[in-house]
Amino acid sequence: MTAHAREQAPVRVPRHPRAVQLHPLSRRLMHWINALAILVMIGSGWRIYNYYPALPLDFGFPDYLTLGGDFTVTEALNGEDGLANALAWHFAAMWVLVVNLSAYLVVGVASGHFRRDFLPIGPRAFLHDISAAARLKLDHRLGEYNAVQKVFYWGVLGAILVTILSGLGIWKPVQLQELTWLCGGYEFARVVHFLGMAAIVGFLVVHIALTILVPKTLVAMVFGRASHAPHTRNGAAQ
Amino acid sequence: MTRASLDRRLVSGIERRLFLGQSLSIGALTLLTGCDITDQDRVQQVLRGMSRWNDLAQAFLFGHQRLAPTYRESDVVRDFRYNAFFPVAEAPQLSAADYRLELSGLIADKRSWTVEQIQQLPQQSQITRHVCVEGWSMIGKWSGPRLGDFLRRVGADITAKYVGFHCADGYSGSIDMASALHPQTIMAVKFADQTLPAKFGYPFKVRIPTKLGYKNPKWVTTIFVTNRFPGGFWEDRGYNWFGGS
Repeated sequence: MTAHAREQAPVRVPRHPRAVQLHPLSRRLMHWINALAILVMIGSGWRIYNYYPALPLDFGFPDYLTLGGDFTVTEALNGEDGLANALAWHFAAMWVLVVNLSAYLVVGVASGHFRRDFLPIGPRAFLHDISAAARLKLDHRLGEYNAVQKVFYWGVLGAILVTILSGLGIWKPVQLQELTWLCGGYEFARVVHFLGMAAIVGFLVVHIALTILVPKTLVAMVFGRASHAPHTRNGAAQ
Repeated sequence: MTRASLDRRLVSGIERRLFLGQSLSIGALTLLTGCDITDQDRVQQVLRGMSRWNDLAQAFLFGHQRLAPTYRESDVVRDFRYNAFFPVAEAPQLSAADYRLELSGLIADKRSWTVEQIQQLPQQSQITRHVCVEGWSMIGKWSGPRLGDFLRRVGADITAKYVGFHCADGYSGSIDMASALHPQTIMAVKFADQTLPAKFGYPFKVRIPTKLGYKNPKWVTTIFVTNRFPGGFWEDRGYNWFGGS
């Protein structure tokens, strides 16, 4: 660091020393690969669902939200109307997700990211934060996850795990039949897979809504660093 | 440089990059909604490449002696679903008098087989779950000679890679040799203890409970053994070739 930069440094440091969000490059890369893989899996999964809904409801996803090609175009090109495409997307993104997520989990544990940032979650802190959040009074401090956030991140990790395991149970009801059995059999594994997806989509809705409310979290996840700007946080003091 | 100008530069830089980031995520979203991307040649190539990789992964997961779960007689679905790419009225009606099963490729004894000869081979029964790639599944009871026994009897080269099928309805398909030799892979001449009805593939359907429905060809008229990848009706249209369950 040059002398010039060191002189500049105090100007950039916000009053609260923790109010800086840092995401190393590896985490950012894995986050965005994850995001893409999960979007592809959801879009193609919705198309697959539409062909034979797992739930006994008169409900299907709008075709424009599904991934698998334009029905008439793909029929003319490939002789089938898009299920094969959706399955191909689903089982291609599956590998991206599994490889990337494994790397994320290994790095998260090894680097101490999970322990440092996702733990501990005390019941009192959770109750305090969730009631504050319900009253829309929960501040977001960059670089620090509140108890509700921590629970949310564990929750979505659990939902992804359940969705992957039930997905494997549907994909391989013979070779991985113990897993299928664990999910309540082939038919019910499809329901579990659907519910896991629904939980992930629910997480995404809140996750994206909060990102819109606190856009700097997006800055941090794209560029690796975000802090409260000096002139808004402690401009008066300087 | 003054702090104010530094801030402005930082902010405009961040805004520019934010805009880039937003365009990227909008691009990612059109992945989901824009149907055009799937049908591009390069995308199709990548998807088919991944499908080949999935064939390898499934062959690796396949257990030669790993049996599909079997069920009780009371689990068998009475009104089993007819399923083909044409209506049931157009299902081939093959007659025992005219039918001959042809053998070709890497098979020593290529004499053709009559319905009676096939039915006289030792049979085994299974009550297994038929799983369609669309997601529906049904438990049925099928009986017939093992395909592996049949292939050995006619002197097929069981070190070859593929066993292929041609069918009376124009359908075709192929499977890996390991699946062909699996103990539950049978030439089903009976369904629910009755002679296989025409709509389910008379005189026989290759029943493979370790594979998805489209890998279970009906109205089979030719069995061949080869080392050249034969593809298949739905596989040529983008469905995964191994199709294992």
